[in-house]
Amino acid sequence: MSADKPGTSQPDMDRDAASTEGAGHEDTGHEETGHEGTGHAAGAETPSLPPPGTAIIEVTDIGKSYGQVIALSDVTTTVRTGEVTCVLGDNGAGKSTFIKILSGAHEHSQGTFVVDGVSRHMSSPRAALALGIATVYQDLAVVPLMPVWRNFFLGSETTKGFGPLKRLDVDFMRRTAKSALADMGIDLRDVDQPIGTLSGGERQCVAIARAVYFGARVLILDEPTAALGVRQSGVVLKYIARARDRGLGVVFITHNPHHAYPVADRFMLLRRGRSMGDFPKAEMPLDELVKMMAGGAELDALTDELDRSLPDSEADNDKETPAEVQER
Amino acid sequence: MSTATATADEVDERLAPTSRVTKVLRRPEVGSAIAALLVFMFFTLYTEQFLSQSGVGTWLNSSSRIGIVAVAVALLMIGGEFDLSTGTMVGTSGLLVGVMTTHFGLNIFVAVVLALVAALTIGALNGVIVMKTGLPSFIVTLGTFFVLQGVNVALTKAIIGQVAIQGMNLVPSFDVIQPVFGGSFSLFGTTMDLSVLWFLAITATATWVLLRTRPGNWIFAVGGAQQSSRQVGVPLLATKVGLFMTTAGAGWLVGMITLFKSSTVNGATGVGDEFIFIICAVVGGCLLTGGFGSAIGAALGALIYGMTQQGIVYATWDSDWLKAFLGVMLLGAVLVNNWVRKRAEAAR
Repeated sequence: MSADKPGTSQPDMDRDAASTEGAGHEDTGHEETGHEGTGHAAGAETPSLPPPGTAIIEVTDIGKSYGQVIALSDVTTTVRTGEVTCVLGDNGAGKSTFIKILSGAHEHSQGTFVVDGVSRHMSSPRAALALGIATVYQDLAVVPLMPVWRNFFLGSETTKGFGPLKRLDVDFMRRTAKSALADMGIDLRDVDQPIGTLSGGERQCVAIARAVYFGARVLILDEPTAALGVRQSGVVLKYIARARDRGLGVVFITHNPHHAYPVADRFMLLRRGRSMGDFPKAEMPLDELVKMMAGGAELDALTDELDRSLPDSEADNDKETPAEVQER
Repeated sequence: MSTATATADEVDERLAPTSRVTKVLRRPEVGSAIAALLVFMFFTLYTEQFLSQSGVGTWLNSSSRIGIVAVAVALLMIGGEFDLSTGTMVGTSGLLVGVMTTHFGLNIFVAVVLALVAALTIGALNGVIVMKTGLPSFIVTLGTFFVLQGVNVALTKAIIGQVAIQGMNLVPSFDVIQPVFGGSFSLFGTTMDLSVLWFLAITATATWVLLRTRPGNWIFAVGGAQQSSRQVGVPLLATKVGLFMTTAGAGWLVGMITLFKSSTVNGATGVGDEFIFIICAVVGGCLLTGGFGSAIGAALGALIYGMTQQGIVYATWDSDWLKAFLGVMLLGAVLVNNWVRKRAEAAR
């Protein structure tokens, strides 16, 4: 009945079900106690973020092959607290593979993946989450028909009471969702409205705020601005900066250098499954970044296109005003 | 944080005050409540027996037997799946107890528990097959439906030589267990089956679970967006399999109620009811696509069914009109639901 139940998602799901059995407590059924459910929320009240600049994730020569196909190879980068690492690449460059490795969805097949100085092989998103690595997926992992506050706490609901009277702490969740969103600068009118009624940008922000609240130390954002308009993208970039200012390590995946440039501290470029290097912002002017991403032949066409889209962010406001005046 | 917390408690001035009426109208069960009221008023005015003491008892009884499973089916539909094997499950569990006790002389308590285990196992199997293969639950449970329908008749005939259980009330301890499932009670001079209480208890529990517990939250989530809910850590497999087991368990309960009320079941018991359950759930506001609906709505849907079924008898109309009426109700409900859903998703 659900539209998102095609065969392609099945192996993924099976593996996850198996791995959660291994993880033990949280997924085993209806009988678990409420406190376990809020396991990774425990960090929310007492954020234990190391000082800015501390390396959380270090990947060295990491790679992934699916049988004969080498999807990614020799990627080296570092994710530090209070920094935005931008992963840039055109379609098919290996961005998705890279974040799937970071988020625990796929295990890497070459190289080392070090979290907090310990080498890891992560087998599920849940394992990554336990290490404070949260991923905001492109589809945002929200349930459109459910209210904002239920979405905010989905999978990590807080409960009160014991035994058969164990129930959702609705007041707490409503209040907390609203204040956690306000903390991120998202001012919602009504946390009871179905999340499907929010704009794409607002939904993105709710997803970010949710990850931050539930103790994420590293936030992986998969093309958060891909489906958004110019102004909405600006809003999301603002929240990315805000998450960084709160001391999170942010991995921002995008194919749009103009979205990447304002917030990024360092750039990691991918092209055809290979890393083209990891550069601090100081060494990489915007022009250079665009040039490197595009590569030789396509460059002219791309520059043309960018020349038109680049001034959009400022021009948009100017353009809109006369239109608004006309309407009146 | 402090300022944010302070403002969170205040009513936001940008929210136009929503009237109570509008809030109520957004509930999924509104349509069925209005329809139930109309049906009730119509038969009350049109026939004399409908509101008489025996009349009320009769339509409550038939509503309750449908409603118990309809509420479970509603939970499953909110969770985004169908179960077509619920009707035959009623027959299967009744026949199991009947054959095990009357033919093999098994202790009746053991038989009742074994039948429950069997029902839950079949339910779990439905769920696991749906989840592991990714096939639509409609197809998987249609298969289970036909398997059970065939087995109910064929296996019963092979073992006891006929398709109906006889001599149930001669089984030792029948009288001990009979009042639990087939008993009756009086309220304001109206005698009703105990199944009415089962029905009320199950509706109340289902509503509580759905709106106020973590599993309830998960049911809405897996029905609304399966992949998303898995990504945020909702136990997808456990939730869905649990729902299939719930509908099977409800089928077992109605099987026991039927068996102990009438002392007999046969190979055809329950066949065809699976559609009635789904109709009740849809009339009660469940979306066919999952993620939205209510247990109370399904209970109201069952009440509409029970009232209409008996009302038509009291009105001395041809009882075949019931099916036509149900069809009209179903189409009407789907249209209303569609409209409600659009309103719920529209920007407020």
